[in-house]
Amino acid sequence: MGTAKEVAEQAERDDIRLRWLLSAPALLIVFLAALGPLLIVVVYSFLTPGNYGDVKWQFSTDAWVSVLFERDVFDDTLSFATAYLSIFWRSVSLSLATTVLTLILGFPTAYFIATRPDHRRDIWLFLITIPFWTNLLIRTFAMQEVLRNDGIINSALQLLGITDHPVQLMYTNFAVLAGMVYVFLPLMVLPLYASMEKIDFRLVEAGYDLYATRFEVLRRIIIPLVTPGIVAGSILVFIPSLGAYVTPRVLGGGTNLMIGNLIELQFGQGRNWPLGAALSITLMVIVMVALLFYVRNTTRSDGAHG
Amino acid sequence: MAKRFDVRRQNGFVSLAILCFFLLYLPIATLVVYAFNDNDSLAIWKGFSLRWFHVAWNNGLVIESSIRSFQIAAVAALLATISATMAALATTRTKPYRGLTFKYAFINQPLMVPEIVTAVALLIVFSRIKIWTGYSGLGYLIAAHTAFCVPFAYLPIRARLESMDLALETAAADLYATKWKTFRHVTLPLLWPGILAGLMLAFVVSLDDVVITEFVKSGGQDTLPTYMLGQIRRGVTREINAISTAFLVLSIGIVTAFFFVSRKRT
Repeated sequence: MGTAKEVAEQAERDDIRLRWLLSAPALLIVFLAALGPLLIVVVYSFLTPGNYGDVKWQFSTDAWVSVLFERDVFDDTLSFATAYLSIFWRSVSLSLATTVLTLILGFPTAYFIATRPDHRRDIWLFLITIPFWTNLLIRTFAMQEVLRNDGIINSALQLLGITDHPVQLMYTNFAVLAGMVYVFLPLMVLPLYASMEKIDFRLVEAGYDLYATRFEVLRRIIIPLVTPGIVAGSILVFIPSLGAYVTPRVLGGGTNLMIGNLIELQFGQGRNWPLGAALSITLMVIVMVALLFYVRNTTRSDGAHG
Repeated sequence: MAKRFDVRRQNGFVSLAILCFFLLYLPIATLVVYAFNDNDSLAIWKGFSLRWFHVAWNNGLVIESSIRSFQIAAVAALLATISATMAALATTRTKPYRGLTFKYAFINQPLMVPEIVTAVALLIVFSRIKIWTGYSGLGYLIAAHTAFCVPFAYLPIRARLESMDLALETAAADLYATKWKTFRHVTLPLLWPGILAGLMLAFVVSLDDVVITEFVKSGGQDTLPTYMLGQIRRGVTREINAISTAFLVLSIGIVTAFFFVSRKRT
């Protein structure tokens, strides 16, 4: 029997050991079927592609070189791989456009919900949650129903006599953008609402007392108060947009690829697993940079508000 | 007399919000309406019919893949919820200890990585294991689904635990309850709504997954979403509308249940 202090220390050590034991199953499964395989992707990106998919165990940096460069068939010189770069560029710009559009639509919606009387908020919130939890594939397919040549947009246009033949909406960048905005909109509204719910409207009242216009109140009081929500919503929309696979595949057809589809091609028709691995890591790095930006931004704003 | 000045009003916000709700529900409504259309072609309405539901119900592949989806979702959600509950108990209501932040980051890792990247990683690893062991059953899909369900189950359970203070557990310990008895008779009943919410969340997330399943599945292991993706790519029949409508009803049911479970306080 030790002193009281020793007993207490022993108890604490036991407690921490128990806590490690309890978390072991969750850590193990995440390591085995999520984190661990990612490390192997890094290894694969430095190997040589096999003839029928998979890899040969030969070290090679070809995959990484071809992420950025094209090797000329004739004189072996390197030039920028415009094909991949343009797909990366399309992914980033479509994701940015999705983020901005969801913000424009989502901000007033979240504000609308947050300014309803208490007992009615839940219902409006529920209406946002339903699409959020509806299968993403089903929502994408629903968008296809709207955009297709005999879908409701084209039917309406023809009914109104604006066009006499269907406008091609499907398989365009517009279709992919519309689909992504539709699919990711709830991801913007929910965090925005969470921060708007906490707005102290006495501050807004004070603003009006000081002769602010409605726009000035919005710009100088409301928006600064909900900045954490704007940042969180933008990150929540931007990151899955960047990795989107289902929406561009269904609505973009074979021509409007995004990074996700390009990666898939390397494991299907392309049969270049190392290149697919290198592209995956590139995508992950872009996402990590976005997340890092988010983390830095939130810690800074936390500091600013005390 | 002027209307009372409303400090909360912003010009045009209400109209934009209504537009937003309209846009959210228009595609879903279209999809559902056309599931009941008695016509092969799309745009022309020929009258109400349950024909496509019959077609889907009598399609062996649809039923088979639905059953597979449920099996995977049930097992994965259960495993994820059990391990997430244990992990949540281990990472809440304690003073910070070494490794705590590491655990948070680790458990939430599947949320940080784009699905397509995880899918590719699992394809690489599992295809090799398939060659080594010769086993190509549902185990791979269950393992993959469990892993990405863990953070979804973990979040509501942890949130619930953090809102419970330790007073009751301390009281139980003062009355000479063992750790297990305290957990069984005090912590668990209080934590139950959180666990249930986590379980439902994990179940829906697993049921919805397309990308990871698409890459991990072996031949003949379609789940309902991957089956639907294949059909949508091959050109659409109204059957997909019918399946989607049924799926939609199920999701709304689960979400409604989740809504009430997570709203119930204490």
